[in-house]
Amino acid sequence: MRQSWWKLLSFILLVYTIAAGFLMDVPRLPILNETIRNLYFHVCMWFGMMILFITSFVYSIKYLHSTQYKYDIYAKNFAVIGTIFGILGYATGVLWVSVTWVTDQNQSMGTVLKEPKLIGAAIAILIYGAYFVLRGSFTDIDKKARVSAVYNIFAFAMLFPSIWIIPRLVGSLHPGAPGSDSGNPALDRNDMDAGMRAIFYPAVIGWTLLGVWMATLKIRLELLQDKALLNAEPQHPGHKTI
Amino acid sequence: MQNPNTLATKQFRMTRFSNLLTRRFCIFILSFLCTLTSTAQEQQVDMADAMRSNGKIYIVVAVCLTILIGLFLYVFTIDRKISRLEKENK
Repeated sequence: MRQSWWKLLSFILLVYTIAAGFLMDVPRLPILNETIRNLYFHVCMWFGMMILFITSFVYSIKYLHSTQYKYDIYAKNFAVIGTIFGILGYATGVLWVSVTWVTDQNQSMGTVLKEPKLIGAAIAILIYGAYFVLRGSFTDIDKKARVSAVYNIFAFAMLFPSIWIIPRLVGSLHPGAPGSDSGNPALDRNDMDAGMRAIFYPAVIGWTLLGVWMATLKIRLELLQDKALLNAEPQHPGHKTI
Repeated sequence: MQNPNTLATKQFRMTRFSNLLTRRFCIFILSFLCTLTSTAQEQQVDMADAMRSNGKIYIVVAVCLTILIGLFLYVFTIDRKISRLEKENK
């Protein structure tokens, strides 16, 4: 196994997350009750997604800079795992919604459907979905790598307004919006209980490392498959070889 | 010299007395409300305390850990297989 220390770290951190996440004390809050423990799983999916998409974005820029085909494979697979994390975050969020936002306390499905972070996250994930559709529609490998690298940068640029900026501007049911009474619960150290922070940050690192591990497995497999392509000289745009 | 029993002083005393009364009343109401809300919160926020006291929470943790370990074993075997393929293809 290659570079196994961080894979072991990921395992240890996730075992700690599950054990401490279920067993340690959490603040007793109305409506949330025990579901506050979802923070160690649901929020970590979004953090992991963000980090994986940033990695994908960096590799897309690296591809455009060097036109080395392996960077395109890196960018694609980090985006794949990021999207999987996003879908998991969405699915876990839906479950959490059903007990905390859709309650008899003057909140209904109507308010939930107007929630800008849900719409924004759906848009962001769909944009990344289009990235894979775009990749699949090319027959020329160089063109595919180049156009999809440019598109990936655009997709990353869309991620910020759709899930970070707009929900904070128009008000959101999520913590951290102007409508709620808290700041940013994950990043503001005053807004989260100290005991929860001691589990949340290791959980973010653990889940992200697991995502990176899955991405590297896919990357290594694809690199093996495309060995013949990778050994060829990198082709620069406009420089035609016959 | 001012007569202590002029209308103005009487009124002053009355208002001071009524102010004191209102203040005491407010404090009483506030403290009452505070105790009311605090007891209400303690009663309303029900957590899974029973699961913790009878130890069934450990079963939940054990189930989740089993799934996690299973997933990691799976990823680990894939990793080893790819490593072997990489060695063969060098």
